[in-house]
Amino acid sequence: MVENEKDLLVSIKDLRTYFYLAEGVVRAVDGVDLDIHRRETMGIVGESGCGKSIMSLSLLNLVPQPGKIISGDILYYRAGKNPASPNISDVINITKLDPNGREIREIRGNQISMVFQEPMTAMIPVRTIGEQITEVITLHQKVGKAEAREKAIEMLARVRMPKPERVIDDYPFQLSGGMRQRAVIAMGLSCRPNLLIADEPTTALDVTTEAQILNLMRDLQQEFGMAIMYITHNLGVIAEMADNVAVMYLGKVVEQTDVNSIFFNPLHPYTTGLLASIPQLSDAVAHIDKRRLNVIKGMVPDPYSRIKGCPFHPRCPQMISGVCDQEEPKVIQKGPNHLVRCHLYN
Amino acid sequence: MSVTSLTPEDSKLSLGKNGKEQEAQKDEAFFRAGQWQLVWWKFRRHKLAQLAMVVLGIFYFTAIFAEILTPYDPLHRMKEFAALPPTAIHLRDAQGNIRLPFVYQLKMARDPNTLRPMYKEDTSAISPIKLFVHGDPYKMWGLIPTDIHLFGTDLQADKKIIPLFLLGADSLGRDLLSRIIFGSRISLTVGLIGIALSFVFGLLLGGFAGFFGGLIDEVIMRVIDVLISLPQIPLWMSLAAALPQDWPQLETYFFVTVILSIFGWASLARTVRGKMLSLREEDYVMSARLDGENEWSIITRYMLPGFTSYIIVSLTISIPGMILGETTLSFLGLGLRPPTISWGVMLQDAQTIQTVSLLPWLLWPVVFVVVAVLMFNFLGDGLRDAADPYVT
Amino acid sequence: MVNQESQTEPLLEVTELKKYFPIRRGFLKRVVGHVKAVDNVSFYINEGETLGLVGESGCGKTTAGRSILRAIEPTSGKIMFRDPVLGRVDIAELNHDQLKLARRNMRMIFQDPYASLNPRMTLLEIVGAPLQAMNLDHGKTLEDRVAELLVRVGLRPEYMRRYPHAFSGGQRQRIGLARALAPNPKFLVCDEPVSALDVSVQAQILNLLQDLQGDLGLTYLFVAHDLSVVAHICDRVSVMYVGKMVEMAPTHEVFTSPKHPYTEALMSAIPKPDPRPREKRILLTGEVANPANPPSGCYFHPRCAYVKDICKTEEPTFGEITPGHFVKCHRAGELTLSGALEFGALK
Repeated sequence: MVENEKDLLVSIKDLRTYFYLAEGVVRAVDGVDLDIHRRETMGIVGESGCGKSIMSLSLLNLVPQPGKIISGDILYYRAGKNPASPNISDVINITKLDPNGREIREIRGNQISMVFQEPMTAMIPVRTIGEQITEVITLHQKVGKAEAREKAIEMLARVRMPKPERVIDDYPFQLSGGMRQRAVIAMGLSCRPNLLIADEPTTALDVTTEAQILNLMRDLQQEFGMAIMYITHNLGVIAEMADNVAVMYLGKVVEQTDVNSIFFNPLHPYTTGLLASIPQLSDAVAHIDKRRLNVIKGMVPDPYSRIKGCPFHPRCPQMISGVCDQEEPKVIQKGPNHLVRCHLYN
Repeated sequence: MSVTSLTPEDSKLSLGKNGKEQEAQKDEAFFRAGQWQLVWWKFRRHKLAQLAMVVLGIFYFTAIFAEILTPYDPLHRMKEFAALPPTAIHLRDAQGNIRLPFVYQLKMARDPNTLRPMYKEDTSAISPIKLFVHGDPYKMWGLIPTDIHLFGTDLQADKKIIPLFLLGADSLGRDLLSRIIFGSRISLTVGLIGIALSFVFGLLLGGFAGFFGGLIDEVIMRVIDVLISLPQIPLWMSLAAALPQDWPQLETYFFVTVILSIFGWASLARTVRGKMLSLREEDYVMSARLDGENEWSIITRYMLPGFTSYIIVSLTISIPGMILGETTLSFLGLGLRPPTISWGVMLQDAQTIQTVSLLPWLLWPVVFVVVAVLMFNFLGDGLRDAADPYVT
Repeated sequence: MVNQESQTEPLLEVTELKKYFPIRRGFLKRVVGHVKAVDNVSFYINEGETLGLVGESGCGKTTAGRSILRAIEPTSGKIMFRDPVLGRVDIAELNHDQLKLARRNMRMIFQDPYASLNPRMTLLEIVGAPLQAMNLDHGKTLEDRVAELLVRVGLRPEYMRRYPHAFSGGQRQRIGLARALAPNPKFLVCDEPVSALDVSVQAQILNLLQDLQGDLGLTYLFVAHDLSVVAHICDRVSVMYVGKMVEMAPTHEVFTSPKHPYTEALMSAIPKPDPRPREKRILLTGEVANPANPPSGCYFHPRCAYVKDICKTEEPTFGEITPGHFVKCHRAGELTLSGALEFGALK
């Protein structure tokens, strides 16, 4: 958990990714500022429609049509392959790269890798696991097929896949959900990236398998010295995995701080609302009579809607009339590592 | 009561764009739109399909009103104008005056070397193109006797015709345009009747296979497999060749469509069965069963509407095949025969190199076939894109 | 809270429920084996309480829930239900007409809000369908009843003219709930009703389910895999593993002093929204057993940290170890297992 400038890996500045559809404009990412440092785990929390997935795709300049990165910068501080080296040799602005060009493809899968939620759809069903992992390896490293296969088996063993020499020739449908997710993680890590983007990788898994995968990711992070951007809506997983947390709502980051502060000192009403709506094990365990959960009233608004002022104000229990419905709140620094976008802290 | 956590404010939140009255009304219309309304809205977006609807509308309109829209009776042989190339329409006469569109009288002469008929314009005899002229007599739809044609040239005083053959004439002196328009009646309807037959058989057999499963399913599917694996055109040819030569045209026509519809219902049956199988497992179907709805009601109210649009798409996509099938069979002399007029029959006249090189306008039916097939393909595309409005 | 020492009979009592799916191979589709999705499961639910049914994918909890209603026909077993009209009957033995009557009182809500409503029917038709099919209401009275139901689940009555595509996931679950409640049932099988919803919407629906239970005196079988949700809403919890029920007890006991090693592992695996570091962690090795080819003896033995020889050969019985607490483990009496409290500090 380092805020040292020298360890900055990715810096997102005022990123805007919009979708121009027949029905209107969807502002999927609407002005996001985010910094990710080396070896840290940045948790991105938000519910459906908050833009977290599109933001991760923007990071790799993979936004699907009809979406487009409208403005903003994604600065990638690529250093030498030795993570201990403090020299930041060059900075690349990912938004300026050609989405199909050689430069960005050099980065994808190699220096910034991604793991998706549904392992079945992330893999080609008609190729073996081995073929898919070796493909990533041979794309980015100058090795022959035999050596690539060795590396692939080694990677599968690293992700604690049972019988890797056998699984490597299996097809995705032959594996269970947990094993598939391990295979996808193996694919993502095969080139030892600096940053791993994990978009809800355990949501589709059982809780015991999820525990295994989370454990695995933490260990691999230590071993490889890589950063993880972990996207999820599950606050329990955030508590386990993240060093720093950014909470997103309707395309903006509304609160950003370290993981302890998010749970014990949340500032934004949306964050407090989210925390209050999770059923707490402790209450059930303490044999308290069934209490009602504190809900955030209303629903996530229609993505085409244009809300004046703070986008959360119609649902906010602490809305200040005349302020919150008129003016968009600016980002306020409430501590060395605590940013919040709310009029309450003006 | 402690139930609601939704308030009237919440419904405004979901009112879409600005919460304004008009937007609210538009949104409400969307919320209350049933399946077909949604399909129509989606279909409207497909520009080529819109074009196809217009063009096909014109085709079918002219087919219905063929008698009045064509300048000549399609069977009327005008020997003096045999093999006439398409008539030139002029706006300026020999003296250089501008007139309403007109045509010149044509005199036939034979080329001394090849004995080919050649036509020269006689600039002294002018015949303007008029609307609603009196021409060949006919009975409108077989009922109303009249002789009014939408456009054409007047009969001259000496009962001589000044020809207006916009697409030329065939070797017997019959106006090609009129024949093409009359031919469209057969060529375009063979597909419609064919898909009607496909629909009935396909739905029944596919429905049984999907619903009952087991042995019935196996048998039906294997029969379909065999049918589909047969080469289409040879199958059509052999079946058509088996039709007796001396049958009346109507019966021949009907059986030709039956033959053509075989492939149509086979692929439709597959689609229907597939959809039945997948819809059977849907949660809302299970819920209906738990309600106590009987199976017939479940099929008609819950499952059938789920694939009606797929059926329509499947059928529309098989129409081009049928049009081409009929054209091919008739072209090869296996389907319909003269004096029945269809585009395929007309193409029989254009089978030799000599004919095609001397009378290239006889190939015009090809253009119409191509356009009709293209338009049905666009229509099918548009329908397929719009077919399931609930899949994003 | 429900009086667990109640002397009256449970509303639902399931005994030795089995559901086997045949495995067919070859051209002639011969049966070569069975997937034992639900294998000799017994449990009971008292009136007015909520029993949670948890387990991981493939454990058979969804199949069990559906078998109780005979949405899937069980292979064998007794399902004793106290129907207000038919009396105490075995659902598995009812004929077609009796089952139709019984299904007025046992209803179901589904997991996927986007697949559980017919997109081609208006809300009036959807919520009114059971009323019509069961001959309970028609015409104007049906409309009034649908309006009343929509209001009860927190929707506006004028929504009845709309189609499902107008609504979000949470609202669709409310519609499904209205449909389930239409014939005034006593018992509801809730098949993972909040799994597909966002956190904040999930909270709304859970509150709604609790309120309705209080207002209408409903009894729930709550099938789920999210243990925090189960801890919140359930009075008693039962745990399934590969078609077998391995533990059943009041919620508090299951979470603080589980008696089955698998339950202990589940408790340990729950990601808790508390970032303070954990002391202990149990990580299960291996994969979930295959219901078509399960291990010998106790199905859990290959992954169990407390395995003994007897576990590999003999299947344990599902027995009551303390009043109201049932376990299926040879070593139930001797083991002291950690509850959720010990895995990481809680607030």
